[in-house]
Amino acid sequence: MKPTAELIAGLQERFGHAVIAFVDEDGYPLSVATEFRADPGRGVVVLNAIAGDTVQPPEDERVNVVFSHIRPQPGIGYDERRYVSLWGAVRRTEGALEFEPDRVQQWDEQEMSFFEFSERGVPQARRYLDQVSTETGRTVKPRLSFGWLFLRATRLPFLTATFVPILLGIAVAAWTNGFNWWLALLTLLGGACIHLGLNVANDVFDTTSGADEANVNPTQFSGGSRVVLYGLITLRTLALLSLGFYAVGIAIGVGLAAMRGWDLLWLGVAGALLSFFYTAPPLKLVHRGLGEIVVALGFGPIMALGAYFVQAREYGLEPLLVSIPVGILIALVLYVNEVPDRPADAATGKRTLPVRFSKDTVVNGYIAAVALAFGLIAVFAISGLIVRPAIIALAAAPLALPVIRALRESYEQPYALMPAMGKNIQLHLATGMLLILGYVVALVADAL
Amino acid sequence: MGVLPEPVEALLETALVCELTVVDPSGLPVTHPLIPFYDGELIYLTSSILFSKKLEHIKGNPRVSLSISDPVAVDVERFARATIQGDATVDDSDLHAGWERVLPLWRKKEPAIDMFLGKRVALPLFFERAVIEIRPTRAFFWEGGRTDRPPQVFELATAVA
Repeated sequence: MKPTAELIAGLQERFGHAVIAFVDEDGYPLSVATEFRADPGRGVVVLNAIAGDTVQPPEDERVNVVFSHIRPQPGIGYDERRYVSLWGAVRRTEGALEFEPDRVQQWDEQEMSFFEFSERGVPQARRYLDQVSTETGRTVKPRLSFGWLFLRATRLPFLTATFVPILLGIAVAAWTNGFNWWLALLTLLGGACIHLGLNVANDVFDTTSGADEANVNPTQFSGGSRVVLYGLITLRTLALLSLGFYAVGIAIGVGLAAMRGWDLLWLGVAGALLSFFYTAPPLKLVHRGLGEIVVALGFGPIMALGAYFVQAREYGLEPLLVSIPVGILIALVLYVNEVPDRPADAATGKRTLPVRFSKDTVVNGYIAAVALAFGLIAVFAISGLIVRPAIIALAAAPLALPVIRALRESYEQPYALMPAMGKNIQLHLATGMLLILGYVVALVADAL
Repeated sequence: MGVLPEPVEALLETALVCELTVVDPSGLPVTHPLIPFYDGELIYLTSSILFSKKLEHIKGNPRVSLSISDPVAVDVERFARATIQGDATVDDSDLHAGWERVLPLWRKKEPAIDMFLGKRVALPLFFERAVIEIRPTRAFFWEGGRTDRPPQVFELATAVA
């Protein structure tokens, strides 16, 4: 890429000195620092002359001029990393070296986050690994410890999305019908397996569709696990892991249905199918802008009603109603996490809601959905459709405010959105836990 | 006292950044800002496989130079500038953990590295790293950082013919 006049004009403000590098007569590169001034009008950088015969740059060869800056942070290291590397010809003038660049390479961590800069290096990393493998005659792969790899591949921390509706369904059953520990644990295990199967299947299909590779702005909340892309695990292993989770989850579901009533099976089949066809062809529901609805159903009513059924051996209105706000809030987790993935999703045909709609529509949609979730909690609790102490869940509503602010201010900045994505997960978790607490309070009050 | 002149060593021991120049297959110099480490005999740099072009270039042509040029990146009483030429080798025999032998030197200059290493799961490829070892052959030293004056040149005892 050719350096622009704007880039050259900004050099003096951004950097204190230059380093000119060339190949000397012995064939070694030689780099020498010097002061400089920019002349953007002529497209040149004027370097102060360097003294000494042994360190003179040649006029007939291309040289590299580098500008580099860091800010030391005692006790930590440094920050504000940036550099501009220019290549071109140099010629001597009166007391100076006039350098006319024709190619540039640069990085400024205030313009491109280190995470994105690193992500853009992944193809080079893979090439290097291939090269070392060829040189050594053995397959060289990156590694992570089993625990970290499992956590990363399955995106284990997202299991809160499963635990909240299942615990909520169990809490409602405890209030209305009774409670069995073993059945509760089996329900949590089965739900977790289906969820992990979904997470891993999602990565399998996002890897094969190219969505993960196209995404150079992954965050800890979005952009997938990237374990195949990084070469940490093979696609086959990941697919087998997904099938394994689904197999265990389905087996537990069938077992629970056999023990507690075959009507549970219909719900289980619906949940497993929605989970699988979330990203799997031919339906690819998330590609059609239906991801939020699938997630709201799966991690709201389906999980909560299933957990309730296992305990109560029947379906009920109350677990359905109380799970609706939880379903809306977990759908909003997906919704916000899709915001930084927009460019990569759009490029690979994954037409999520943030891909389809403008920023204003997406932000207003978020506000409306939050208002609906908490409005429903208030109406259900006040009207007695769910236990009245569940109204304490409204205390979690302010957690939505920083998310709304960040969506408005940092919509185009994936890494600035990260704290808001975390807060959005807390909003779902806190609301769910407070609803559960409402049922615990009601149970305790009833027992007194 | 190591293989380098004392004032050059003083710069190397505190420098938070240096400019490593390698030569690409077309003969063009390519310069990379990196954090340098020194043990009295060799200069060490470490590079993630994410930014491994330089490693390929060194494998193709081991001749390199390294300059310490930034007044804010060194902590010495009297600022000076230095450039060291040398022969480099790339140790990528254990990309996952081999580079950890320079961790004690790295930690002295960038204490936060332990915190980043603790989050290895977030950036797994960043911590798959090679070590570049440079055996110095010649050093240039500019008192006061004044490159408008000729440098002192030191032909080093370990120079390879």
